[in-house]
Amino acid sequence: MFALLRKDLQIEFRTKETLSSLFLLGLLTLLVLSFAFDPTSDLRGEAAPGALWVAVIFAGVLGLNRSFLAERDNECLQGLLLCPVDRGTIYLAKVVANFLFMLAAQVVIVPVFVFFFNVPASLGLVGVFLTIAIGLLGFSAVGTLFAAIAVRTRAREVMLPLLLLPLVVPLFIAGVKVTGRLLPAKPLGDMAPWLHLMVGFDVVFLVVGWLVFEYAVEE
Amino acid sequence: MADPVIGACGLTRRFGNVAALDALDLAVGPGEAVALFGPNGAGKTTLLRLLATLLRPTAGELRLFGRAVADEGAAVRHRIGLLSHHSFLYPDLTPTENLDFYARMFGTPGRAARVREVLDRVGLVGWAHRPVRTLSRGLEQRCALARALLHEPELLLLDEPFTGLDVDAAGMLSDLLRQAHAGGTTLLLVTHDLWRGFELCTRAVVLVRGRLVRDAPIGESTRDEFERTYVGALHAGGSSGPATGG
Repeated sequence: MFALLRKDLQIEFRTKETLSSLFLLGLLTLLVLSFAFDPTSDLRGEAAPGALWVAVIFAGVLGLNRSFLAERDNECLQGLLLCPVDRGTIYLAKVVANFLFMLAAQVVIVPVFVFFFNVPASLGLVGVFLTIAIGLLGFSAVGTLFAAIAVRTRAREVMLPLLLLPLVVPLFIAGVKVTGRLLPAKPLGDMAPWLHLMVGFDVVFLVVGWLVFEYAVEE
Repeated sequence: MADPVIGACGLTRRFGNVAALDALDLAVGPGEAVALFGPNGAGKTTLLRLLATLLRPTAGELRLFGRAVADEGAAVRHRIGLLSHHSFLYPDLTPTENLDFYARMFGTPGRAARVREVLDRVGLVGWAHRPVRTLSRGLEQRCALARALLHEPELLLLDEPFTGLDVDAAGMLSDLLRQAHAGGTTLLLVTHDLWRGFELCTRAVVLVRGRLVRDAPIGESTRDEFERTYVGALHAGGSSGPATGG
């Protein structure tokens, strides 16, 4: 698993294609959404969590679309499948690589969000970052599985969001709810069910992905 | 007596209603070099992909090294190398980095030394640190052979490995394959090129419409005689398309 992860990081450090795409799309999404709301309006604060998660998800879909493109060149995916490792391990390595790329993008996206939406810097931002991390793990778990399926189709750029986005709606809603509570630094007590939903989503889709990846990559 | 390297019994693979491979029986012993001929759509690549554990059979049994592929896929993959016209190499990594990655995946002992050794064997030391995307087709294919041989496979599956190579590169690849065979590696070569098959192999198998129509040692006939019987077999087997059925 570490060999695979190392290889994905090595290619990314050399090409910087995935991270630069994630940064750019996240920034553009936030920029456009920040202009949609009057800076003096309360609505801006209400909409801020949704805007942040839209940027996270859009950038994430782009990153996932790219994750198996490197494996398509020279049919490298077949080379991977020829290796004497469990195919579930290949899936887990890809999930971790996608998760790390998406999380790295948040290091830029979250501060830009704070700036564009006039969010007061507080400890709540650490909670927001952790919430995004929990959300991205589940997003990466289900997205990696669908990216492996979509990369073999002709309309892969369209296919991935079509398959993925309806499934991650619960994760998205839970993320927006928890972020909306964290930004004004309110108590988290009544957010527990949303957090449980996010963690449960992560666990379920990691297990499902690990079990079915073998069939997803087979013709 | 040693287990056959390949033992296929009633091996069938269907894609929808199309039987790409239809109840194939085939046994290949250790150290054999088998050329697999057949027209387009005969099921040659499907057979190779089944042997490489990239596909599951629809019916029948496939054993490699005496082990059932369905139950012990990861274990048999340790003993298989596949060289196709696709290199399976990451274009943004160098040959050294690509081979180092595959050596890690196969748990090859003495990784760095082994990578240097195979690069030297295929004459790629001078290109070892250039990205694969900058290599010519011939150099990339030599690197692909280094990848296939890296873990010292006992069975080397070759799917049209000479596609796109010039005369010199094809000659060098032939020499390397002959060396691998002389070292005890079992070869299964899928090709349309009768001359290459005759040059490298000791046994010829002909597939037509997913069925085995001829299986004989190459030494039993000259290339011209084989070509005549091959063409005859294609006509007798009906090479117009793959077999279909419910």
